[in-house]
Amino acid sequence: MTCTEFLAILDDLIDDSIAAQTRAEVELHLKKCGHCEIIFNTTQKTIQIYRCHEIYEMPEDLRDRLHAAIMARCKKGC
Amino acid sequence: MTTIQQIEGENEQHPDVALVERVRAGDISAYDTLVRKYERQIFRIAQHITQNREDAEDVMQDAFLKAYEKLDQFQGNSKFYTWLVRIAVNESLMRLRKRRTGRMVSIDEDLETDEGTVPRDLADWAPDPEQNYTQTELGKILEKTIKGLPPGFKVVFELRDVQGLSTEDTAEALGLSVPAVKSRLLRARLQLRERLSRYFKKKAGSKELASTELRPAK
Repeated sequence: MTCTEFLAILDDLIDDSIAAQTRAEVELHLKKCGHCEIIFNTTQKTIQIYRCHEIYEMPEDLRDRLHAAIMARCKKGC
Repeated sequence: MTTIQQIEGENEQHPDVALVERVRAGDISAYDTLVRKYERQIFRIAQHITQNREDAEDVMQDAFLKAYEKLDQFQGNSKFYTWLVRIAVNESLMRLRKRRTGRMVSIDEDLETDEGTVPRDLADWAPDPEQNYTQTELGKILEKTIKGLPPGFKVVFELRDVQGLSTEDTAEALGLSVPAVKSRLLRARLQLRERLSRYFKKKAGSKELASTELRPAK
């Protein structure tokens, strides 16, 4: 497996949707290629960080205000 | 964080279907439940596209009101949330278009460039790099990093990787093909990784930070 071939299946690898044989080829490649190993690990870490640290969080008071406004309009028939 | 749970199996009914049926039968409290369930996610999608807090607030309200008005048009063969996201994305793009004085804005713009598909920064990251920043600092870094991505990339990343939707549901919600979602997702992931490397990479023989704009937690 080449680095280009590795990049082409990176998403499937992260999403755990590759065949067992391809996975074995990837593991072999990662043992030999430090750069691809870093790309794989840091891309996974990128996703994990965004998943664990919500951005654009709505403050509770804003959430309550918007929620009340939506439901008031719905009750009136919009 | 909460992700959008997917119900597997053909015979299992998604809990939203029962709520929608109750709303259609006149039970407004069921709609209250749906709004509460999805308002935070819809707000975040609107923020990603509009990049403006006031617009995101308006979009969130308009999307839920429009969904309520059009509930009769909702087909049970798609998930309520993907249908709602589609409404919110369209509302967000309309806002953006208004602000950009009518310039066409689309989630499906031609983005077929090679930018960001070839990783350049190959330095390894520090272990648990986010521990070097306070929550506030980390939030600013993550926001700043994702802000520069095209809207289509941001929303695909948000839906697939943050909210946990399947590729197929993401495609349906955004009106994109499955290959288009996959292409955007790979680019989004690689571009975010590249940009975050600036803050998170290991410094050889030094604890110096990659950026002087944000200081680490003490």
